[in-house]
Amino acid sequence: MTTQASSAPAPRERSRAARILTRRGFPLWSWLWFILGALYFILPLYATLDFSLRMERDTIGLKAYSAAFADPVFARTFGYSVLLAVVTILVSILLVVPTAYWIRLRLPEARRIVEFITLLPFVIPAIILVFGMIRIYSSPVNLPFTDIRLLAPLTTSKLGTNALIVAGYIVLGLPYMYRSVDTGMRTVDVRTLTEAAQSLGANWATIMVRVVLPNVRTALLSGALLTFAIVVGEVVLASYLGLPTFGPYLFLLGQHRAYEPAALTFTTFLLTWAAMGIIQLVTGGQGQVAGAH
Amino acid sequence: MAPSAVAAPRVKRPASGLRAWLGVVPFFLFAILFLILPSVKLFVGSFADNEGNFTFKNLLQLFTEPSILNAYWLSIRISAVTAIGGGIFGFLLAYSVTIGGLPKALRSMLITFSGVASNFAGVPLAFAFVATLGRTGFVTALLKNVFHFSIYDTAFSLYSFVGLSLTYMYFQFPLMVLIMAPALDGLKREWREAAENLGASRMQYWLRVALPVLLPSILGSMILLFGNAFGAYATAYALTGGALPIVTIQIGAQIRGDVLHNVGLGYAMAMGMVFIMAVSLGGYSWLQGRTERWLR
Repeated sequence: MTTQASSAPAPRERSRAARILTRRGFPLWSWLWFILGALYFILPLYATLDFSLRMERDTIGLKAYSAAFADPVFARTFGYSVLLAVVTILVSILLVVPTAYWIRLRLPEARRIVEFITLLPFVIPAIILVFGMIRIYSSPVNLPFTDIRLLAPLTTSKLGTNALIVAGYIVLGLPYMYRSVDTGMRTVDVRTLTEAAQSLGANWATIMVRVVLPNVRTALLSGALLTFAIVVGEVVLASYLGLPTFGPYLFLLGQHRAYEPAALTFTTFLLTWAAMGIIQLVTGGQGQVAGAH
Repeated sequence: MAPSAVAAPRVKRPASGLRAWLGVVPFFLFAILFLILPSVKLFVGSFADNEGNFTFKNLLQLFTEPSILNAYWLSIRISAVTAIGGGIFGFLLAYSVTIGGLPKALRSMLITFSGVASNFAGVPLAFAFVATLGRTGFVTALLKNVFHFSIYDTAFSLYSFVGLSLTYMYFQFPLMVLIMAPALDGLKREWREAAENLGASRMQYWLRVALPVLLPSILGSMILLFGNAFGAYATAYALTGGALPIVTIQIGAQIRGDVLHNVGLGYAMAMGMVFIMAVSLGGYSWLQGRTERWLR
């Protein structure tokens, strides 16, 4: 099916003008698509920026930005989201790095099942995840078929809810973090590194901290930045678990303000850009995609 | 953490056995607690009536309850429109920067921008589109002032099917660019040269060589885009405030308060969504597997 063209000689009857336009000449259509794409990218950002600078009548200024940043609720919710992101990143590194390492080294037969699990978050959207989490953890968790209580309801305590949202964020970031780390380990050949370190007398802790982690730091950084980008603007888990993070704050601000949300929207865009830009830099153009839509 | 718990003296060839599995216990425990258990809860719940007895009624009701059918149909249409539209546009863009003859610098620019845009979603994206195409939006005003054409005099509204689709496109076509650019790179120069030497026209080369090779990749990516839009919630909610009752928004309403007056039916609705997402991801990975026969 794919190579049939080779058996089909064809007359070449194209006008000279068409050849010049499509061949070595000016790639008219390519430019057209590119310019359309660029417009689609840039117009909403330009519109947001333009709008955010017009808080004061007839002048262009940063008043919306200073007003938005001066709001103590902004500082609180944004700080909270950043804190959640940091905790999420740390816990998911603790969870993913040893697992990926162990599978490469000792348990290749677990690879398929673990990869399958890390892809599940693509199948289970955030709204479904939070639905299930709320239904499970809003009542006490008992040992199956008994009345032995394993866990108090998580959603009724502050610590429990925070633990739940971090767990949810780890799940949302899992596909990116795992894949990033696993690819990183493949490229540096952790097995050989581990054998070398062991033959020099290193113990497991030393190998982990001084051999494995430094060698996958690029992968960790790109996984961490993607997780950061997902967590900081996230709305679904936060609003259904009732936590005052930046996402719900921005949403509420949009209900009764005009200029400040635009300013924060543009700021969010710059943050996303920074995160993705750093990933591009450290991974050499292997862009990744996330999805907290 | 885990590996240090098992004090293996030396690295051996894959050592099976229970001790090796101990190393992945934390990961599996986490996955069971926060991924499997919540899904199983919804799954089991969808087979229970309000008294907790086993029933198929909830699943059957998915196909008869008008509000649920409408929600699914709306979600499917939006996802399909933005997957096909975003897929075609994304493909053309990827084509233009890979083999379309544009300068190399534009390629890395587009890829970087696509990475950002495919991650720029949710509330900020909705706000950006309000500032662009809302009633007082930038483009709305521009069209009015320059061309004396008011888009809101037509049937257009940003807070409608068309508006939400245009907004979704912002993260849809960049995703297509990111997937298609490497696939287009995989088209071998030799294939084109072989075709040309045998007298094939440019059109024939595309129709009979390039597109058949790329087709599984294009279709697979569009299916992925479909799932990408199907699971979206925050963008739609922030833009329309729930006025456009897509499935995710209906499920949200069901979580906040049992709007269907049937807990099990809510679970069944969630499961239906997981089913559609699973089918689309499965289709994507199957087609991706077929792609790899030619494009590596």
